[in-house]
Amino acid sequence: MMKSLGSIRRSFAPWADPASKPFISVKNVTKKFGDFTAVDDLSLNIYTREFFALLGASGCGKSTLLRMLAGFEQPTSGEIILDGQNLAGIPPYRRPVNMMFQSYALFPHMTVENNIAFGLKQDGMPKADIAERVGQMLKLVKLEKFAQRKPHQLSGGQRQRVALARSLAKRPKVLLLDEPLGALDKKLREETQFELMDLQQELGLTFVIVTHDQEEAMTMADRIAVMSHGKVVQVATPAEIYEAPNSRFVADFIGDVNLFDGTVTAAEGGSVRIETTGGIALRMASAEKPASGAKAAVAIRPEKIRISRQPPAHAPINAAEGEIWDIGYLGDMTVFHVRLKDGKVVKASSLNAVRAVEDPLGYDQQVWISFGEDSGVVLKD
Amino acid sequence: MAKLASALMSRLVIIIPYAWLLFFFLIPFFIVFRISLSETTVAMPPYTPVFDLAGGLAGMLEKAREFSVDNYVWLTEDALYFNAYVSSVVIAAISTFLTLMIGYPIAYGMARAPRAIRPMLLMLVILPFWTSFLIRVYAWIAILKPEGLLNQFLMAIGVIDQPLIILNTNAAIYIGIVYSYLPFMVLPIYSALEKMDHSLIEAAQDLGCTPISAFWRVTFLLSLPGVVAGCLLVFIPAVGEFVIPDLLGGSETLMIGKTLWNEFNANRDWPVSSAVAIILLMILVIPIVYFQNVQAKADSEGR
Repeated sequence: MMKSLGSIRRSFAPWADPASKPFISVKNVTKKFGDFTAVDDLSLNIYTREFFALLGASGCGKSTLLRMLAGFEQPTSGEIILDGQNLAGIPPYRRPVNMMFQSYALFPHMTVENNIAFGLKQDGMPKADIAERVGQMLKLVKLEKFAQRKPHQLSGGQRQRVALARSLAKRPKVLLLDEPLGALDKKLREETQFELMDLQQELGLTFVIVTHDQEEAMTMADRIAVMSHGKVVQVATPAEIYEAPNSRFVADFIGDVNLFDGTVTAAEGGSVRIETTGGIALRMASAEKPASGAKAAVAIRPEKIRISRQPPAHAPINAAEGEIWDIGYLGDMTVFHVRLKDGKVVKASSLNAVRAVEDPLGYDQQVWISFGEDSGVVLKD
Repeated sequence: MAKLASALMSRLVIIIPYAWLLFFFLIPFFIVFRISLSETTVAMPPYTPVFDLAGGLAGMLEKAREFSVDNYVWLTEDALYFNAYVSSVVIAAISTFLTLMIGYPIAYGMARAPRAIRPMLLMLVILPFWTSFLIRVYAWIAILKPEGLLNQFLMAIGVIDQPLIILNTNAAIYIGIVYSYLPFMVLPIYSALEKMDHSLIEAAQDLGCTPISAFWRVTFLLSLPGVVAGCLLVFIPAVGEFVIPDLLGGSETLMIGKTLWNEFNANRDWPVSSAVAIILLMILVIPIVYFQNVQAKADSEGR
C-alpha cells in the first residue's frame, strides 16, 4: 500500500536546514499553576510533516505543553506561533489543530459515525460531504462495519481508532496525540505504532505526540524532545538521543545505561582519559576537551560492553575484572550483571545469534568486561 | 449445598421488593379500587356493600353484584373534578419547569465544584430535610404574607411601596413546590453530571464547539436521564400535592389533592374520593411508564 518510507524518512531533516521555517514555534513559554511551574521557559520548533514526540516522566510538563498547543491552557508567559499565527487568546474551537485524548473522550451517546461527524457538523459542512468524509475516515481506520455502534460496544483498540478518525476528520494542520496508545496492550500498541506512522506519512500531517513510553517515542518520532521538570533537556532524533545523550539525565532516562563517574586525567587529541571512582582507566573518544581534574561521567550502553574470560588486549584501559552476578535470559538476548571489584554492578547484554552456545557463561564466573573507545559518551556533570 | 443456599438467597432478594409492592401498593390499591366501586352510606364503614365472611362465597358474589362505576360517571359529570385534574397537572408542570430551571444550574455548579467541597454542597442540598416539611411550608407563610419578611425587606430597600400579594395565590404554590422539591431535581441531575468525563467537553471544543454549543450537544444530552428522573420526581408528587396548596394557596386554587381531602373528610364520601384517587393514580402511572421506557432504552444502549 505504501512506497518505501525509508527513502522519504532518510532525507527528512528540516531541522538541520537553517533555511526551513518551523511550523510550530514555542517561544519561552512558561506555565504556572499557583506556585507550581509546569512548563519552565520552554522553547522548541516543530516542522511541517514532522512526527514530534514529547517524552518524559509523568509531571514533567509534556501534557501541559500539549494542552497549551490545543488551547485548553494559556501560557503564563511566552508565545506559541502556529503557521505564522500567534495562538495567544485563540480558544480551542478556533485553532487549526485537533487532539486525540488519552481517554479517547468519545461521546458515549453517539454512534461511531456521529462521533466522527461531530466536528464536521459543527462546522456546518453539507450533509453529503459529511457522509463522504466520514466514509473516508472509517475506511482509513478500517471500521466501516462499526459505523452504527456506540463506543461502549467497541473494544479498546477500536475505540482508539474512532478517536483517531474523529480527530483527523476535520483535516487539522496539526494532530496532537496525548498518550494515544497508553490504554492498549503491548502487542496491539506495537502494531498501532506502525499504523500511526504510515498514516502520518500518507496524510502528510504534522503529529505531536506526548508519551512516557520511550520505546514508543523512539519507534515513531522523527525527533524527540526529552522533558524534565518543565524544561526540554534534549531535542534530537531517536538515534542521537540514544547514542549521543547530552546529559546524565537523558542517558539514564532513555534505555539502559552504565554510568561510570570519575575525574578527567588528560585530554589528548580526540580522546579523553578518565579515572573512575572505582579505579578503572577509561579512554573515550570525545569532541570536547574537558580540563584535567574536572568531574565527568561516561555512559556506556549494555550492548556495547563485551564479556570475555580472558583480559582483552587493551587491558587495563577500558576493561575491568568482575564476576557474573546475575543472568537475565530474554530470548533474543541475554543480560549479564557483572559485579566489579569495587562492588559496582555493570550491565552487559549480548545477542543470542546462535541457538546453542557451547560452554555458556554461568553464575559466579570470573570475567572481564571491556569496551571500545567510541562506545561511550563523556558527560560533563 | 452452598449453591442451593445462594440460589435461595437470590430468590429471597427478589421476593422482598415484590412482597413490599404487594403489601404496600397492590393490596391497598385494590382496597381503594374496591371502595371506589361502592356506594356511600351513613354507616361504619361509610360505604356499601361490605363483605361478610359469614355469607360464604355465594354471599360474597351476590354482594359483588352491587358494585358499580357510578362514582366514575359522577366524576365526569361534575366539571369540578376535571378542572381540578387539569389545574393540578398545569400547576405541577409549571412548578417542575421552574424547578428544572433553578435546579439544573445548581447541579451543574455542584458537579463542576472542586472535588473536595462537593460532599459539603451535597449536604447543603439535603440539609432542609432535617426540618419538618410542614414547618418549612409554614415558614413560607411568614415570609410571603403581606406584612411578611419579603415585603418588609422589599419595602425597606424601596423597591415597592405597596406590599405584594403573594400568599394565597398560585405564585405562592409555585414557590412552595419549587422550594420543597428542589433537592429531588438537583440530586439526579448532579449524579448524571458528576460522572461525566470533563474531557468530553474539551473534545467537543477541540472539534469546534463554543462552550455553549458544547453544553447543548454534549453535557445536556448526557444529563438527560438525570433531567427526566428529576422532573418525574418533582412532577408526580406535585400533582397530588395537598399541604402546599392548602397552606400557601388561595381558596380559588383548585388542586386535586385538596379536592380529594374535601371529599374524604368534609363530605365523608369515601367511594367518590377513592375514585378520585384511582384516576389520579392513572394520570401519574402514564409518566412513570414513559420514564421506565426511556430508562430501559437508555440501559439497552448501555448508558
